[in-house]
Amino acid sequence: MSAIRQMPPEAAPPRFGLLLRVLPPGLYAGRSRAVILRSSIASRSVWLAIFSGFFEPLFFLVAMGQGLGSLVGAVPGPDGQPLSYAAFIAPGLLAASAMNGAVYDATFGFFMKLKYAKLYDAMLATPLGPVDIAVGEIGWALIRGGMYATGFLTVMLALGLISSPWALLALPAALFVAFAFAALGMAATSFMRSWHDFDLVQLAVLPMFLFSATFFPLSVYPPALQWLVQAFPLYHAVALMRGLTTGVVGASMLGHLAYFVVMAAFGTVVASRRLRFLLLR
Amino acid sequence: MTAVEAVRCTGRVLPGWRTALLVVEERWFWYRRNWRATAISSLLQPLLFLVAFGVGFGSLIDAGGRAVQFTGGVSYLVYLAPALLVIGAVQTAAFESTYPILSAFKWQRTYWAVTATPVTSGQLAGGQLTWIALRLTLSAAAYLLVVTLFGAMQGLGILVALVCAVLCGMAFSAPLVAFSASQEGEGTVFAAVFRFVVVPMTLFSGTFFPISQLPGLIQPLAWISPLWHGTELARGAALGTVALWPAVGHVAYLSALLLVGVLLSRWRFRVRLTQ
Repeated sequence: MSAIRQMPPEAAPPRFGLLLRVLPPGLYAGRSRAVILRSSIASRSVWLAIFSGFFEPLFFLVAMGQGLGSLVGAVPGPDGQPLSYAAFIAPGLLAASAMNGAVYDATFGFFMKLKYAKLYDAMLATPLGPVDIAVGEIGWALIRGGMYATGFLTVMLALGLISSPWALLALPAALFVAFAFAALGMAATSFMRSWHDFDLVQLAVLPMFLFSATFFPLSVYPPALQWLVQAFPLYHAVALMRGLTTGVVGASMLGHLAYFVVMAAFGTVVASRRLRFLLLR
Repeated sequence: MTAVEAVRCTGRVLPGWRTALLVVEERWFWYRRNWRATAISSLLQPLLFLVAFGVGFGSLIDAGGRAVQFTGGVSYLVYLAPALLVIGAVQTAAFESTYPILSAFKWQRTYWAVTATPVTSGQLAGGQLTWIALRLTLSAAAYLLVVTLFGAMQGLGILVALVCAVLCGMAFSAPLVAFSASQEGEGTVFAAVFRFVVVPMTLFSGTFFPISQLPGLIQPLAWISPLWHGTELARGAALGTVALWPAVGHVAYLSALLLVGVLLSRWRFRVRLTQ
């Protein structure tokens, strides 16, 4: 009996924070760090896949910036001033890789863990709650995305493709864009029934990657199509990054940011409602 | 007591090539029901790239007037269309030669079921590769049909380009099938294959711009890439600019890769299925 009372101090319950008092009991145990730790340990066995994520945007930057750039010369930048082609596509590739990484993790990876590995069922059998899982998974995705974005921005700096100190803000902007795409992707995945539905994800991501003013300016489209392109999220991410790395920062930046605030909020609300339904019914 | 009657075997072992066709038939039977899932990756992807780069980016290039020196006077869309045919074939080949092969060995174990019948491992490997070739032909033909309606390709040269694209896809597929047949893990290595082999190959093989625009150090890498040889052949055939001896060289390189790949695949299938 006395042995129980003499538990080491580490095993004491964690301090009760604000979030813990706000949320209903059982949803959040304040232990999302354990989920991040689990992801980082699990990533050791797939380190090659994670490590290779650095290189895909770099290959695109070298091939397109150097090869296509030599054919096209300069293109009009965000303020109409001519910009070298490499400096034009680099922020676009940064935004696109933030989207691709986040969507991949939040759809394929999430579906695999949810339906096949049954990872979340196993986690819920421990003191962890669904909010721990959501915060932990998103936190890990952002750590990963942050490493990729830092690496890519460093390469951009080394190649002289950054012309403004505003580019420092490109890192948090990339993380926020990734968060919004991840939230929306996770919400969409919670409605998916089988792998066949993931063709729809491809169908959304690939055209956005190609047509969101990533590789050529918006001005090449006829006016009606310009409106259509501007309706999609990646266009706003590209415009945000391009404004920051070239230093053309104006009020329109807030508009692009607002798009992602709405998208992140919508995605988070839908995803958390759906997850509560899927995991705790 | 009556004499024991000799039981006559009613089954008949088929000649090698017909057995390989049985494997193709099995794959086709599955594909007939599931082809829709492949339409996006095999057909829509090259078409979207064609619209984005051929039309969107092309409008920048054609307006600049710098492109004429390397496209030989045709528009960028026409320059790009045959190259994307080859990229589509190689990408489809890359997908068909990785996960489905490992799955048939490891997760679904259909290859073990097939070789429990009179079909040998060599015939199975041959049938599997024949199926991939058929699959590449189908999606390349569908792409060509759409692109011809676009007006981005014309003339009989495109049929030659189709053959070149399938040859190039198979020259990449056969060694990759041998590699996949040797994998024991969960297939995470394929992510690295896609990122370090397939993606760089599609970017640095003269599809979007001639490799002479690349830094001198990277150019020799393009020469070992089957995609560069396939692109040169297909573009030459479609635009009518192909010269005899370079074409012979490209075909010889691709055929050699294909032959080595087929031999390696048969060997890996035999080792794994008869151990």
